[in-house]
Amino acid sequence: MSIAATDARSQPALAFRNLTLGYDRHPAVHHLSGAVASGALLAVVGPNGAGKSTLLKSIVGTLVPLEGSIDRSGLRAQDIAYLPQSAEIDRTFPITVYDLVSMGHWRRIGMFGRLSRGPRDPVAEAIDAVGLRGFEARALGTLSGGQMQRVLFARLLLQDARLILLDEPFTAIDAKTTSDLIDLIARWHGEKRTVIAVLHDMGIVREHFPETLLLAREAVAWGPTGETLSSENLLRARRMVEAFSHQADICDKVA
Amino acid sequence: MMAFLGSMQDWLIAPFAEFEFMRRALVGILALSLGAGPIGVFLMLRRMSLTGDAMAHAILPGAAIGYLVSGLSLGAMTVGGLAAGFLVAILAGVVTRTTRLAEDASLAGFYLISLALGVLIVSLKGSNIDLLHVLFGTVLALDDNTLLLLAAIATATLALLALIYRPLVLECVDPGFLRSVSRAGGPVHILFLGLVVLNLVGGFHALGTLLAVGMMMLPAIAAQFWSRDLTATLGIATLIAALGGVAGLLLSYHLGAPSGPAIILTIGVVYGASMAFGTSGGFIWRLLPQKHLGA
Repeated sequence: MSIAATDARSQPALAFRNLTLGYDRHPAVHHLSGAVASGALLAVVGPNGAGKSTLLKSIVGTLVPLEGSIDRSGLRAQDIAYLPQSAEIDRTFPITVYDLVSMGHWRRIGMFGRLSRGPRDPVAEAIDAVGLRGFEARALGTLSGGQMQRVLFARLLLQDARLILLDEPFTAIDAKTTSDLIDLIARWHGEKRTVIAVLHDMGIVREHFPETLLLAREAVAWGPTGETLSSENLLRARRMVEAFSHQADICDKVA
Repeated sequence: MMAFLGSMQDWLIAPFAEFEFMRRALVGILALSLGAGPIGVFLMLRRMSLTGDAMAHAILPGAAIGYLVSGLSLGAMTVGGLAAGFLVAILAGVVTRTTRLAEDASLAGFYLISLALGVLIVSLKGSNIDLLHVLFGTVLALDDNTLLLLAAIATATLALLALIYRPLVLECVDPGFLRSVSRAGGPVHILFLGLVVLNLVGGFHALGTLLAVGMMMLPAIAAQFWSRDLTATLGIATLIAALGGVAGLLLSYHLGAPSGPAIILTIGVVYGASMAFGTSGGFIWRLLPQKHLGA
């Protein structure tokens, strides 16, 4: 449990410096500071509108901070894999599971590179690893929600990224699929990859994630999961005002 | 049997053997279908069927200005059409990003204005014959230069599509993922729109502004009823465009009907038949009692 914390002191993968994120100058994440250890398995929890997804977007780099900065300490863009909350995938497009998963190779093959299918096919292995063997030639439109999520995890497997960001990966996913996908996350953790997952199911967080950030626009607590998810902390997070005020004054808080 | 073969010969071969303008039309239609088929499939898959329509109309005022300057000249009308097509493609993108209008609404606005403006400009100088020429094309009067232009457009289209195939497909299926791994999405989209304009201008010379987009969209929509595989869909759409085009050409010859509408209508018949009998979603199969499978 405390391994992640020790690593945090020695070698952070990500550091937030007085980070404020938001839309139209209204903060969604307010004055967040802290570091994520390399190889950490971090859950981000908090009420709706707490800024969890916003935080992930800013780590990927699609959202520019209103204030403060994120130190990615040598992580290049291609070292980060991101599974958004509702991936904007056109499920009616005539493409097979195999072809979509194989695009996880993009960093290596780019626009023109050849997709080699040797005796050891990493794409087939990834599809196998998520339990979809036999689905290679199926069209996306024929998959159920859970199967689709497995496909996206197979693509994440191939991306071979050092930092993996998952935004509510288990929403509307059944227990069996969830537990299979959690095994994959555990495997990534074992491979010393850094995993940050936005989650709502406290049971999953308590059982599988050693470290938790409780976010309610500001960081309510950040540390070992057991301490972070204390009832006082959860109560404080719940009291967060969700709506922003149109008459809000300029924030003069000094970090 | 011999009589049958003889009449087939009369129907299918003789028109082309006898008349040079038919041979030219044949080459023009085949070149057009090679480019327009695949482009139409991607337009449809990107939910941009209406965009194609709007851009086809947008070409009209440009071509009309070319016509105003130098009459029915291939060069002037091509340049004018290309310029107008690109301008509207860019304007529609800008309007969508800077105003609250959705892209289809702004495109509808653009193409209504374009159509009215184009008809007005042509009427300023020319006769109704010229107007018909611009609106419905002259597939039976393609000269060498026009054929070369059509062939060049088909070649460029196929080469460029091959080049941007992977990011283009990924941009259709999962644009968010493409953004996260590559910056190719934006440039690829612009290149694709460029190809659409190019093919519409090519189609404009043969079929006119109003019908050019039919050669693109109808085969693509019909091909959807025959396959769920992208590669196959591209091939089938091109085949339908080519065969339908040639069949329409022959029909117009034998029936003495105007060729542009005959071509589009023939492809339209193929579309109707595909909708009914297509192996991938044709409605006739729903009427037949089929037992469901065990697993």
